[in-house]
Amino acid sequence: MKDKLTAKNYIAGYIFSLSLTLAAFLLVWRYVDSDRQLLSEGFLLAWIAALAIVQLFTQLVFFLHLGRESKPRWNLIVLTFAATIVIVLVFGSLWIMANLNYRGGHGTSPEQTETYIIEDEGFQLHQ
Amino acid sequence: MTEQQIGDSRQQAVESKTVFGFWVYLMTDAVLFASLFATFAVLRNNTFGGVSGQEIFSLPFVLAETLILLTSSFSVGLAWLAARQGNRQMVLVWLSITFLLGAAFLTLEIREFIHLYQEGNSWRRSAFLTSFFTLVGTHGAHVTAGLVWMSTLLIRIYRGGLFKSSLKKITMLSLFWHFLDVVWIFIFTIVYLMGIIR
Repeated sequence: MKDKLTAKNYIAGYIFSLSLTLAAFLLVWRYVDSDRQLLSEGFLLAWIAALAIVQLFTQLVFFLHLGRESKPRWNLIVLTFAATIVIVLVFGSLWIMANLNYRGGHGTSPEQTETYIIEDEGFQLHQ
Repeated sequence: MTEQQIGDSRQQAVESKTVFGFWVYLMTDAVLFASLFATFAVLRNNTFGGVSGQEIFSLPFVLAETLILLTSSFSVGLAWLAARQGNRQMVLVWLSITFLLGAAFLTLEIREFIHLYQEGNSWRRSAFLTSFFTLVGTHGAHVTAGLVWMSTLLIRIYRGGLFKSSLKKITMLSLFWHFLDVVWIFIFTIVYLMGIIR
């Protein structure tokens, strides 16, 4: 056989995944426990997101055996394509909806929104 | 057949076109989940005066769910290894363990849903809850489908035996199950952990 996959791969993957999950859990647990004083919210969010992404790659390598297939690596090619779509879909939606919210979400009338945006972006009105 | 040939034919079963086709399906499923994640991310603060994630999520409960699903992902991997070695007994053992863990996960999730519903926090309450139930419920539906699939495989292998076609099926099932675990990692992080942070 070409590849020598054994239970060791799975045990290693399991231990890595467990540690990453527990690390993310403990961070949030300690954060809530310290009345949200442990570290800044943005920093914590970044850490949690980073741990999830490392976990994604851990599982892709150890459980889904990415990189072990024979060439050409069709699995990897399809995965890359899907990942591109996923990123465009998720971040594109967030971007568009945040922008829409910004341009229509202030006060109850279009005039109020206009006033808000003029102030927010620091436009000078020339009479 | 020599040992080498048996090994080659097993390798072929694992890398067959059917398995590749299944992989492509999983990737399209990832796009489906991405659209639900995007919907959730956009609507997560639209609670319409109702509860927010901070009020309804429990960290220890969701950690338990995560550990159960992670362990089942590990055990399905061991079932696949046993299938590759042609060890029918161990395939049955590991698949059964995976099935029980999957069922335990699903029970916890359904309990959470029923609890939320009874407290008046159903999917009709706010956009946040609608997107929450849709995202987590779709994952739960996948787990349910996986359990049904797993039980038919278990019965087939128990009654009939472990064939080359069984190896192909176990390969696809294990891919499916690992995939669901990966999706759950993001539900755990984005829905629950980030929901508790703010």
